[in-house]
Amino acid sequence: MEDTGTVVAFWILAVITVGAAVGVAAVRNLIHSVALLIVTFGGLAGLYITLSADFIAVVQVLIYIGAIAILIIFAIVLTPRAGRLNQEGFMLLPALALAVLVAGTMIFVSFDTNWAISDREGFDDTATAIGDLLLDRYALPFEIASVLLLTAIVGAILLVRPEGAEEETE
Amino acid sequence: MDSVELEHFLVVGAVLFGVGLYMSLAKRNFVGVLIGIELMFNAVNLTFIAFSRFVESAEPLSGHVFVVFVITVAAAEAAVALALAVLLYRMRDTIDVDRMDLLKW
Repeated sequence: MEDTGTVVAFWILAVITVGAAVGVAAVRNLIHSVALLIVTFGGLAGLYITLSADFIAVVQVLIYIGAIAILIIFAIVLTPRAGRLNQEGFMLLPALALAVLVAGTMIFVSFDTNWAISDREGFDDTATAIGDLLLDRYALPFEIASVLLLTAIVGAILLVRPEGAEEETE
Repeated sequence: MDSVELEHFLVVGAVLFGVGLYMSLAKRNFVGVLIGIELMFNAVNLTFIAFSRFVESAEPLSGHVFVVFVITVAAAEAAVALALAVLLYRMRDTIDVDRMDLLKW
């Protein structure tokens, strides 16, 4: 990808995404942390567009910003006495060392490996092709995923239902 | 800096994964741990999409399909985990993972 627009867009989006992700871990207030998490998700949606993954970019905005970030904010406001602090526990240094080690290894491997780079252009219409694949070759995983989602939703409702709720409805 | 290659996206993905791993291990607040897990999911998704765009393959869009499944499972995981957070808060009045020590003798 050598056209100037893509290169400039990549660098701007990469700096926004990585900077916001570091901010998510660094800020003290959990609400600010979620706000920066939304910026990270938005930057990733932009990066997907530079990779010509238009459908995934839209799904990213819908699911991650529209659903998961809101769900996290709900969890924070539903636990008011638990504190809004985003501080680290006793695992601070081991976790930091492990994270640097894992990220460093992955960066080293990504430069060290001789990837089989293809010279094809970006996709022009991914939504149709993804739909075909989902209902053709990946039909069984698709059905299993729908059952998993249903089970998870029912389970989540069952977990947070107040004690003795069924007697009240009688 | 005159062109964007696969390695650039892999580095962004690796840094995001590192931040997510650090958060999920070190944060005391249960919601902070979940935010770290979501960051790791996103790092993996970015890596899938980058490989799908750049690497030679007979069916390049399989990477996109995989990302759709990852997002589905991530949504299910987030719903159940946040329900667990609310439940823990109701029982223990805290979601500090350092104080979840019922199994400690």
